[in-house]
Amino acid sequence: MRAVVSFLTGGLFGLGLLISGMTDTTKVQGWLDVFGDWDPTLAFVMGGAIIPMAIAWRFTIGRKPVLAAAFPAPPEPRIGRNLVIGSTLFGAGWGLAGLCPGPALASLSYGGTGGLVFLAAMLAGMMLTPGLRVRFDRAVPAT
Amino acid sequence: MQQDWIMGLIGGGLIGMAGALFLLVNGRIMGASGIIGGLVDGSGRSDWQERAALIAGLVIVPAIAALAIGGSETNLTGNWIIIVAAGLLVGIGTRLANGCTSGHGVCGISRLSLRGIVSTAFYIGAGGLTMVLFKHVLGVI
Repeated sequence: MRAVVSFLTGGLFGLGLLISGMTDTTKVQGWLDVFGDWDPTLAFVMGGAIIPMAIAWRFTIGRKPVLAAAFPAPPEPRIGRNLVIGSTLFGAGWGLAGLCPGPALASLSYGGTGGLVFLAAMLAGMMLTPGLRVRFDRAVPAT
Repeated sequence: MQQDWIMGLIGGGLIGMAGALFLLVNGRIMGASGIIGGLVDGSGRSDWQERAALIAGLVIVPAIAALAIGGSETNLTGNWIIIVAAGLLVGIGTRLANGCTSGHGVCGISRLSLRGIVSTAFYIGAGGLTMVLFKHVLGVI
């Protein structure tokens, strides 16, 4: 049953990405390109997504999920080095291609060879990260 | 242009409802990079069915919808070096930061998570700087 809900979640998510235009890399890059022909669409997508999600978080207070034991733990307040460095690297890649993980998957069927190559490189990066993290922590110990 | 922001709002609403469904029923955070990353590096092996099902929905449903509307276009660059570099950066960056636009952005900001807000500020800032450098200065994208 949880898998069925997961499939529906992915489906709604993907449909939203397609409808909103977020699988079109020019719309994402257009939003990041403040000094070019700025495209405000992404802000509306973010706003449109955050509103139902904020209501859902409110709804979790004092309740339990339908098919799970508990809701996720409260967010960790600590801002670590990995959060800052990781987000910066991610943003650079996001700007270069105009794709992030959700849209890279949602556009798989119509993204052509380029989309497949992007996904393969992204998965390779994800596979390499645990090893990189260990080396990085050894080279520059966290303070 | 006017239609774009309306479609953005509607599409965004669907994304938010997807996240709300996953949270309220399965008790989990809908973060694309975490869901797929856990499958790729093995850290999410115990609940692989749930992850695989979400990814299947995320790929199959837009595929059908795109066919129904007569196809869609990503307008991705044809520069292979940029595609590979961007893919690696997105893969490593999102896993190092433990989240991407959906996890930190949509799910984090909506619960006023400091980590989500800081992460979003950094990836948007880095994306904006990348546009300045690679589009306006170097002219390669």
